[in-house]
Formats: sequence, structure tokens, C-alpha cells
Amino acid sequence: MTNYNREELEKRAQDIRINALKAIHAAGSGHPGGSLSCADILTALYFEIMNVDPADPAMAGRDKVVLSKGHAAPALYAALAERGFFDAEEMMSLRKLGSPFQGHPNMHRVPGVEMSTGSLGQGFSAAVGMATVGKIDRNPGRVFVLTGDGELQEGIVWEAAMSAGHRGLDNFFVFVDLNGLQIDGRVNDVKSIHSVCGKFEAFGFETECIDGHNFEEILGAYEKLNKPNRKPKAIICRTHKGQGVSFMTDQAGWHGKAPNDEQFEQALRDLEAGIGAYEPPKGCHPLPTDKTFCGKTIEPEQAKGGAE
Amino acid sequence: MADIIKKATREAYGEFLVEAGAKRPDLIVMDADLSGSTKTGMFAKVYPERFVQSGIAEQDMIAEAAGIALSGHVVCASSFAMFAAGRPYEIIRNSVGYTNANVKICATHAGITVGEDGASHQTFEDIALMREIPGMQVICPADAVSAKILLWQIIEENGPAYVRLGRSAVPVLYIEGSMQAESIQIGKANVLREGTDATVIATGIMVPEAVKAALALAEEGISVRVLDMHTIKPIDADAVIAAARETGRIVTAEEHSVIGGLGSAVAEVVVQNCPVRMAMVGQADTFGESGKPAELLEKYGMTADDIVKAVKGLLV
Repeated sequence: MTNYNREELEKRAQDIRINALKAIHAAGSGHPGGSLSCADILTALYFEIMNVDPADPAMAGRDKVVLSKGHAAPALYAALAERGFFDAEEMMSLRKLGSPFQGHPNMHRVPGVEMSTGSLGQGFSAAVGMATVGKIDRNPGRVFVLTGDGELQEGIVWEAAMSAGHRGLDNFFVFVDLNGLQIDGRVNDVKSIHSVCGKFEAFGFETECIDGHNFEEILGAYEKLNKPNRKPKAIICRTHKGQGVSFMTDQAGWHGKAPNDEQFEQALRDLEAGIGAYEPPKGCHPLPTDKTFCGKTIEPEQAKGGAE
Repeated sequence: MADIIKKATREAYGEFLVEAGAKRPDLIVMDADLSGSTKTGMFAKVYPERFVQSGIAEQDMIAEAAGIALSGHVVCASSFAMFAAGRPYEIIRNSVGYTNANVKICATHAGITVGEDGASHQTFEDIALMREIPGMQVICPADAVSAKILLWQIIEENGPAYVRLGRSAVPVLYIEGSMQAESIQIGKANVLREGTDATVIATGIMVPEAVKAALALAEEGISVRVLDMHTIKPIDADAVIAAARETGRIVTAEEHSVIGGLGSAVAEVVVQNCPVRMAMVGQADTFGESGKPAELLEKYGMTADDIVKAVKGLLV
């Protein structure tokens, strides 16, 4: 694997989490759970994987990321700020009247945002369109889409996956932020998405299932799949919703609400203490990376059994 | 009308695409398994590398069209109106409208003249749906000649548009190169006939019916102005207000529901500027059924006769 500085990435991911949470706290509303779960994936994309230029957001031939789970906008904004597209202070106007930092991303108002998203599934399909025309134009830029696991319940995702597989879009990468939770509860209680790898493979994708909070695994999976072989790629990242903040971890209730002042202070303390060594509280599910567990809800008991 | 030439607007669309493919190397055409019917297949034959087939997945087609357009292309995406406007409505709204993507949704088989396929395929709601979306232009050409002229204009403009085309061969109203054809301009109603007693504002295949109705009424001494309102959004408010002021009565005629379509668009202008009596010819608040197009137009009240009755109703 190419050299990378794990500590630096962990520090950047921590900055992204802190800025996302600060903005949500200042806004008084927003989606902390899913922003915290995908922060490491965004860090890997913006600091190790993608060819982008903050000084020239519209650079020809750049790589693009489409945040199909648009409600994680605070994490995207914070990642763009961390990468230098704008100052992090600017995004503290999140969700306020007149702010370019809309509750869900608007591509025309924030530099670096490649697609306006928020209505689930559409970013995924638009990204397939971008990758499709990238092939037609012989554009070297690749397209990365970040989707949630609850989002995989949207039919358009699979319409688009079928298109990507059929057209052999090896310039198209899906990162699934598989945190196992959605607004109404556990994804597999609401509507099962079992065997996410199997589903993508059936549509012609190459897949990897990894720990989405481990840079070694994220970058390893990317490097393993990154080859021109006429197959789109899906990296299923097992994650914790609310990763980094003890009382938010694996709590569906923290999908779409802002912390109060006291909770915010606690969250900052957790994030600062946990850099690089965050341990989810007891009772949280483990992060199996075996494909047979891909998309399943793993009970803590099972985890214990598996570990022994 | 001795030698009426008939041609479907979708035919004109296919010809337009082939010509535009040469002039616009940035044109991408998409379809969802109906390329033979929508006539995008004519483009696919000549420019296979710029034709993107979505399969039977209209929602994916539209969101992908947004992604393609936002990568620096102009996209014409086609299916039947029911599946091009109805099924992916919210995707058009959020991924095409909100992003101001340069996507032209060119929907064929609109209205009741789909005929035998029946109610599941007969779209009366598309104009209403599309004109609600901020920034979306809505075009409904009357015939093959004006369709081509309007398509050329719409492709030169940046931003989303909905173009409503038909399945059936319809009378060719405009003569290519004529002054009347030359004056066709997006956003401007075309005055086909002057009149003083009432104005019929028609769109799409109802335009030739409106002309027929005006001729019949003229024989009874009733003078009717006829406007081809090919652009439903942005509506030509000046022409509507002038019609209200100068003729005092307005009848709208469309192959679309009387709820939310051309009639509503005209009424919105009339009531706010110069309230006059109006009548609306179109599909009542009901679904269609299988039948021959001409039979259906008659049964559901969208013929020259219906326009004549509506005008007379306002003169009482």
C-alpha cells in the first residue's frame, strides 16, 4: 500500500467530526449520527484517494464525490473545509437563512460539492450518469458515491447499479456507510438489506467488506479494487453511527437531532480523548468484515461468541 | 383544408435529434427501452456512442441525465409522457430542476391520443406537474414543423425543459419557411387568426382544432382569435392579457386535464390582470380508456365542435 500517515488521517477525521458537530450544534438541528459514521471514509477519499484541487474546484479531469446520503452534509462540508476548499468557520452558518451551507448539499452554493442531494438514491444514480459520460468523454476523473445502508432500500439505487454493471463502469466506486441504523430503528428491522456484497456482486460489481473506521482497511480495499477491468466497485464499510461520541454511538435516536450545550461539551471531550483510539461503549455491535456478515445486524452476544 | 399533410411530432423529434447530433457534439440522448416509439432510435443509429440506454428504469434515466448534463452536456431524455414526467416526478424536481441541469425531457405519447393502450398510458397531468417546477420550461408543439423549430430553440438555451410530443400523426399546420413559422418563438404565443368576439388559446394537437372551430364560427358571423400557445411556461402573459382586453372572452383548449394545465396557466394570468369569462376544453377530472384516438377525442370532449360549443357558451 502507498505510504500514508495514519496519525495525520486520524487527526483530520477528528477535525471533520468536531466541525460537523459544531455546525450542527450551532444550527440547533441536523444529522450527527450519519455524519460521524462516514467521517473516516470522507477523510480517506479527500486526503488519499481523490485527485481534487481546492484552488480549482471545477478542474478538468478531477475525481468527484457525490454524497448520496445528503443528510450527512455537515461531514461533507467539514471534509471540504479540511481539504482547503473554504474556511471551516464559514460552515458554522449551517442551516441558517441565507447560508450557502444548506441542510442538504447544494452544488451551486458550496465549492467542491458535485451534486445537490438530499432525496435518497438520486445522488447514486446521478453519479452513475457522471461515470457513464466520463467514459464517453474519455475523462480520467473517477466518480465516488457515498451512500448509506438505509438508502439501499431506495429502488433507484439498484436501477443505477444495474446500469453501472451493464456498462462496465470501472471508474465508478461506491462506498456504503453501513452503520446498521436508520430513522425508525435498525435497518434490518425496518427492511432487511442482507448480503449487501452479494447484491452488488449480482449487479456486476467487485466488492470488499471492511471496517469503515480503519484507514488501513479503507485504503487497502480501494487499492485492491482500483483497476481498469470493466467492473464497478463497491466497498462496504461497516461503521458505527455516531462514531467517536460515546452517547451517540449506535443510537438511531441520534440520526437527526442536535446535541444541547451539555451534550455538545461531552461530545467534544469524547472526540478529543478518543482520537485514534475510540472504543465504542459496551453493547455496541462489533464491525465484522467477513462478507458473510455483510449487511447483517450483529448482536453484541454474537460478537462475543465470535471472538472467543 | 383540402390537402392536409399529417405527421406526428415525435417523427419531427427523431429528425431533429439526427440533425442536432451533427451540430451539437455535446448532445447525449437517453431512452428507457422505447427508442423505436420515441424516435430516439434514429439518433442511436447515427451516433451510438452518444446514446445512453437506461433499460426500463425511467427514474434512473432522469437522475443519470442530471449527472450527465452537470458534467457539461446537453441531454435529451425520452420516454412516454407517463413514464418521463409522471413516474420520475420527484427526481425531475430535485435532481434536474433544483440543480438547473441542462436536461430536456422530451416526452412522447402524451394525452389521450395514445389511444388503444388505454388509461394507464394516457397522460393528462404532465403539464401540471412540470410547470410547478421552478425554472422548468414547458413546451407543447402543435405540429411537426413547429416542433422542430421549438426543439432547436430549446436546445440552444441552458436549463431544464419539458417538451410534450404526441404519438399520432397530426395535421401539419405551419409551412416551413413561412412568416408564421419564422415567428415561432419560445415564450411568445403565435397569433394564427385575428378575431374580436373571443379568443381560443390552444396548445398541442388542439391548435388545428381551434383553427377549425374558428372557421366554423366565422361562417356564423362570430369572429375568433386563435393563439398557438406552444409555450405553457413561461406563458406569454402579454398575449393573454391582450386577448382578454380586446376580445373579452377566452376559451382554452388542450389535450390535458383541465386541472393544472394550459387552462389554469391562462386563468392565473387573466384573474390577476383582466378578469373575463373563460371556458376550458380538455380532459375532465377522469381517466381515459382504450379506443381509437379520434373516437377518444370525441368521447372525452376535445374536438373542434367542443371548442365551438365553449365559445358559444361564453357569448350567451
